[in-house]
Amino acid sequence: MSDDPATGSATFQRVADIIAETADIERDKITPESHAIDDLGIDSLAFLDIAFAVDKAFGIKLPLERWTQEVNEGKVPAEQYFVLKNLCARIDALVAEKAAKV
Amino acid sequence: MRLEYFEMIDAVVRLDRTAGTIEAVAKVPDASPVFEGHFPGHPLVPGVLLTETMAQASGYLILAHLGFERMPFLTGVDKARFRSFVGPSAVLTVTAKLEHDGSGYAVTKAAIRHEGKAICDAELRFRTMPFPEGLDAPMRERARTSGLLHLAGIGDGAPS
Repeated sequence: MSDDPATGSATFQRVADIIAETADIERDKITPESHAIDDLGIDSLAFLDIAFAVDKAFGIKLPLERWTQEVNEGKVPAEQYFVLKNLCARIDALVAEKAAKV
Repeated sequence: MRLEYFEMIDAVVRLDRTAGTIEAVAKVPDASPVFEGHFPGHPLVPGVLLTETMAQASGYLILAHLGFERMPFLTGVDKARFRSFVGPSAVLTVTAKLEHDGSGYAVTKAAIRHEGKAICDAELRFRTMPFPEGLDAPMRERARTSGLLHLAGIGDGAPS
């Protein structure tokens, strides 16, 4: 996958396209540094729609409930999962994990 | 169906947990206050109640899939299509298939047929969460009386 600092990784491009289409957000406003909730205004229900689209597109299952619990318990900052470049890194890891099991 | 009580499913007749599919029966009542308004002299089951029927079949499927550990709540209806009218006394076949079991959510595709004719279909989305206090027991009882618990092989599922 290419990783252009200016435009983000290939994973980011796919995720950003998903967010733009699913949450009806202007594509130009979505950057790797964007926080899904604080910057893009994505609510919990819209995030589930995005998660479904991401799960289907990448063949994975985002562990949303575990992430949410960890954030709510203060174990990790929300940025770790909900800033897009970090979310994309998690997606890449899940894809690699799934590939390793095949 | 007990339309006024929003109990739409009469019996679950088939459940395949491996395939993620369910088939249920819903008999439209001969009479109901719903029909007096919808429409006067021309009773039809409203599309929203057909949607609820599909949602309840899907909900039963998700309940069984999750081993009755979590409760599904409808969050979205996509691509709903209402293809034919259906009126009082109709016996409906309601089917649903689990499309995706996500983390804290699930997606199904559901459909209703009457005498082999397509009535409606939709993609439905649900949020799944631990049972709110007090809801577990009545949901299990409804699952038992519909035959779902027995088909799912969970607990004392003998239908009354």
